[in-house]
Amino acid sequence: MSEPLTETDLEPQAALEAPATLVRARDLFKIYREGTVETVALRGANLELKRGQVTSLVGPSGSGKSTLISILAGLALPSAGQVIFDGEDITRLAEAQRARLRARRIGIVLQSGNLIPFLTALENVKLAIRLAGGRRAGRRARELLGELGLAKRLHHPPRRLSGGEVQRVSIAAALANQPDLLLADEVTGELDSETADHVIRVILETGRQRGLTVLLVTHNADIAARAEQRLHLVDGVVVER
Amino acid sequence: MTTADGVRLEGLVKHYRTGAGMVRAVDGIDLEIEPASRVAITGPSGCGKSTLLGLIGGLEAPTRGRVLLGGLEISGLPERHRARVRRERIGFIFQSDDLLPFLTAAENVSLQLALRGDGDDPDRSRRLLADLGLAEHTDKLPDQLSGGQRQRVGMARALVHRPGLILADEPTGELDSAASKVVIDMLLAAQRQMGATLLVVTHDPEVARRLDRTLRLRDGRLVDGPTADVTANEPANA
Repeated sequence: MSEPLTETDLEPQAALEAPATLVRARDLFKIYREGTVETVALRGANLELKRGQVTSLVGPSGSGKSTLISILAGLALPSAGQVIFDGEDITRLAEAQRARLRARRIGIVLQSGNLIPFLTALENVKLAIRLAGGRRAGRRARELLGELGLAKRLHHPPRRLSGGEVQRVSIAAALANQPDLLLADEVTGELDSETADHVIRVILETGRQRGLTVLLVTHNADIAARAEQRLHLVDGVVVER
Repeated sequence: MTTADGVRLEGLVKHYRTGAGMVRAVDGIDLEIEPASRVAITGPSGCGKSTLLGLIGGLEAPTRGRVLLGGLEISGLPERHRARVRRERIGFIFQSDDLLPFLTAAENVSLQLALRGDGDDPDRSRRLLADLGLAEHTDKLPDQLSGGQRQRVGMARALVHRPGLILADEPTGELDSAASKVVIDMLLAAQRQMGATLLVVTHDPEVARRLDRTLRLRDGRLVDGPTADVTANEPANA
């Protein structure tokens, strides 16, 4: 009987075999029907997110950006098309399986933040760690918040934090499950330009340090230009520019 | 039954400095709220209602004055101790859609328990959601629920740890009148069953009428003076 494989045995092989693409979306359509009215949010959108790369996605309001991010996160299903996450088509998974994948491998930051208003910064991040099944949540939450420059704001609820601080706490919460993919949906939409710049720097630096695959959805061209891959969503179709 | 927490406010003041000058959001309030009573806080926009609720819930620290919850002065506690009091004794319901969009209804309700390390009874959240008429919806994401259903999930999240004080800030503000009635019916039934103290900030006179007392705020003060500020409502048959 062979010896059980150790982590060291597995690492080089896993690194060799890990495909360069983490997420591939193929021919995504999303059609909303309300009564007799049909709205087509996505009409054959394709995109590829390379491991460890930052991609920006720009598009006007109503272009389908948020729909696309919901589908990539497994929060919504497309009307047609596939989302291949690390080799697996998540559109074919049951809701509970998609939820498990999300909890373990995807971090999400939203424009309005994703914090609970009556919990402190520390409680919000601890909660995110516990939800992902993590241990020593208090210690890890403090470390994460410290890394993001919030060591002195641990016990403040969101309403006593600035907009930029709220977004940094949201980033800490999104990183709580040590995700492979970070989805950031208009995270600077409500911030002044200086604060927005700081928040984006935090995302880019954190992403680089952790080898994260990042998708930054924005309508801000300056922010988008800082990504390695720059995509536009036009009339429900993704175009590279 | 829960141990209801009464609320006592003494000389409560909250001033903010903004670019435009000083805002006297709460400008000297003395008040006693009996345990297990149901009180509406009303007044025009910007009169300080939400700030007052934030002070009572320990989300904000007063500029001056004291907030006592069940005899405990929470306004004098360090931030981290206030956080603990909030977690253990207060249930918050907000108008805004603040459920986490990537968690199901049941998961959103379980958050409070997870934070307390009290996740031993995973069915508690589901039972509570069923009591609020959401048995069929426990595994849905917020996006898959109506506004009224989402607000009931928010209510379950506020009640699941059996708080002694429930603070609701415009809980029906984004609902139509039918959904609003359902939410208030359920909130009052839950309050009665738990025996908690209930404070509701609302601009809706129909909602205020359903509660025992109404406090009216204007410019950060209780309208009828510092102590005799209370209107006893008609007995509610809700």
